Amino acid sequence: MALNDPPVPVIPAPIWRNFKELQEWEQLHKTRPEGDKHSALFESVTEGIHNFPGGFVVTTAADAFLNWARKSSVWPVTFGLACCAIEMMATFCSRFDVERLGMVPWASPRHSDLMIVSGTVTIKMAPMLLRIYDQMPDPKWAVSMGSCANSGGPFRHGYHVVKGVDRVIPVDVYVPGCPPPPESLLNGLLLLQDQIAHFKKTGRKAPPNEKVD
Amino acid sequence: MNADQARASLASTFGIDVAAAVPMVVSVSPDRWQELGRHAKEIVGCRFFNFLTAVDWKEQGLEVVARVDNLEDGVSLMLKTKLGPGVSNCASLTHVYRGANWMERECFDMFGIHFDNHPDLRRILLEDNWEGHPLLKSYAVDTPHPPYR
Repeated sequence: MALNDPPVPVIPAPIWRNFKELQEWEQLHKTRPEGDKHSALFESVTEGIHNFPGGFVVTTAADAFLNWARKSSVWPVTFGLACCAIEMMATFCSRFDVERLGMVPWASPRHSDLMIVSGTVTIKMAPMLLRIYDQMPDPKWAVSMGSCANSGGPFRHGYHVVKGVDRVIPVDVYVPGCPPPPESLLNGLLLLQDQIAHFKKTGRKAPPNEKVD
Repeated sequence: MNADQARASLASTFGIDVAAAVPMVVSVSPDRWQELGRHAKEIVGCRFFNFLTAVDWKEQGLEVVARVDNLEDGVSLMLKTKLGPGVSNCASLTHVYRGANWMERECFDMFGIHFDNHPDLRRILLEDNWEGHPLLKSYAVDTPHPPYR
């Protein structure tokens, strides 16, 4: 009985394991100055109109109109992570039909305004989630759906779970439940529309943890 | 080979008394681990490799457990070996069962057991830069993971 047969051929590491270029791109994206998202010319023109006597009527009306337009066409990117995604799909389907609120589930982050994080975010998934969030154009919003995305939920003490998606991206609306029924998610989306109508700054990241940071 | 013949052959080769049960539990010392796997496959005819995992017995050390089945004759073997305290090296079964390849990688990932002469021993589920092996009893719950804490 020979114990030392020729070994099984060594499998080379697959080529997609080299993430270096993507990491460099991501770093570039992170260090991008905030200023290049705004147009200085547009800002000076609107500032001039606003300071003109009676001009504030035009700017506030334009603000209200733009916010109405924003809230009436919030396109969520389809990003299902776990069982919450089933409820999210039910919300998108004909019985609950968020399309009457102007929400079209869209399969590309580059055309979307909203990310519904529906499910458990693992530590391995978090960089991909951040990458998809970075690909969405401003202004953008995020809804954290379900206990797992809110705080880690039943898997909070697992070794591989991010304890709340607000440690990765800023979150506007938290929808509780495990999983939240479509009515809950609809309520959360209506709350989000209300926020967008007033263009409130509500998104926040989790406060730093003194033990770790 | 039926169950009684399998018990007899295991007793004559390894000098251990195997109790009649389903599956039959066979415990050997780590240096005979690969020999046991080869015996199970070639003599007993257990050609189906069911799973391979490990148990952390704290101060008694790690125990590697594998189950193999002979589906034609309905014989199942539960192969066990205790590595002993502080030991994290074990012989690889990959040269006997090809299916052991990914199982042993997972075992290395979760328990940190180094399988000698394994063709491709790297992490399979967690990232390459992960610190520690999560299913060990010494791995603290809520170990922080920067940058996501």
